[in-house]
Amino acid sequence: MFLVCLFTRINRFSLTFKMIIYGVYIVSKSGGLIFNLDNNVPRIEHEKTFTYPLDIILDYSPKKVSVVFNRKDGINVGHILVAVNGMVVNGATLEDGRDVKTLLETADNYPLNLKFGRPKMTTNEKIFLASMFYPLFAIASQLSPENKSSGIELLETDTFTLHCFQTLTGVKFIVVSETGLVGMDILLRKIYELYSDYALKNPFYSLEMPIRCELFDSKLQLLLDMIEKTGINNLDK
Amino acid sequence: RAPPRNSEFLTLTYGALVTQMLRDLENVEDVNKQLERIGYNMGMRLIEDFLARTSAPRCMEMRETADRIQQAFRIYLNIQPSITNWSTASDEFSLQFETNPLTEFVELPPDLNNLRYCAIITGCIRGALEMVQLDVQCWFVQDQLKGDNVTEVRVKFIRRLEDAIPAGED
Repeated sequence: MFLVCLFTRINRFSLTFKMIIYGVYIVSKSGGLIFNLDNNVPRIEHEKTFTYPLDIILDYSPKKVSVVFNRKDGINVGHILVAVNGMVVNGATLEDGRDVKTLLETADNYPLNLKFGRPKMTTNEKIFLASMFYPLFAIASQLSPENKSSGIELLETDTFTLHCFQTLTGVKFIVVSETGLVGMDILLRKIYELYSDYALKNPFYSLEMPIRCELFDSKLQLLLDMIEKTGINNLDK
Repeated sequence: RAPPRNSEFLTLTYGALVTQMLRDLENVEDVNKQLERIGYNMGMRLIEDFLARTSAPRCMEMRETADRIQQAFRIYLNIQPSITNWSTASDEFSLQFETNPLTEFVELPPDLNNLRYCAIITGCIRGALEMVQLDVQCWFVQDQLKGDNVTEVRVKFIRRLEDAIPAGED
């Protein structure tokens, strides 16, 4: 009985340490995204049966069908149409080639079961964003009122914090996490160590190229899992 | 970090590499060049390992750089070269090795007198420093394999690679 008590105590204790890391990015010296990992991003999807006429307002663009107004039941402005009657939507067409717009505007087709979700960033968009961060980082160091300044080390919003660490050789390690976490510099250094071990010491990895090393992936995942469970202070050196 | 468990393994592997290259290339000068190049590529990667483990800040003078190189030898080869023979302009120094694990069992045959057996070391220093935006020249002045008392590696500062310095670092 005592043991059980102790166990739950420890469990609850470690829960207070829980920290959420949303993603890890590595940007090369020349500004290219060479690695990214999505971690623990909550997948938000809502499915609902609709009758004619549709009571949410949609915008049909060739790339996606998105909600522009009238949110309801968790389906929010900005969400995109993921599936119709369980059939996946690719851009503005269904899997079987039918056009989504004509389908949704024809009364005979209803009731329809529509699934909406938060849009996921594509790899291209991520590469684009990484190369946007690069000049932003440089501008920050030039805007400095003091003589010298580093680039952006911390970027805070109401939903996440971005931590950036640039090595002396110019590689940037970026971690996106929930706000209010401390000691992220330790995590960034640890990722740097993993990079120097499992990417650079891999004889088949060429410098400046995207990192496709399974060992690196798994060690990084292990590291993230560990700090999510036990907090950052328990990292062994 | 613990020093290599058995440095003999490194010594023998390196010996095997050099002899294989002598067999493949025949021309000793080519072997020197290739060893330098291998070292250069190793240095470019090894520097990240060094920085990740030591958290060393950027060097602002040659004397700091010399200390860091010394520290790197301690970490990777478990030897401590002494830093000597500073030039008056403080842009040139020597690393002197009493012992060198790479040459522990090596006797150079007379016909290979032109071989720079440890050329990988000079390449490594050059590659590593280039990644932290320091252009240096690096060569052997003395070599125990050729009858000198000590092995001496000379490092000469050429310039800082200003264009390559990452934003927020210059």
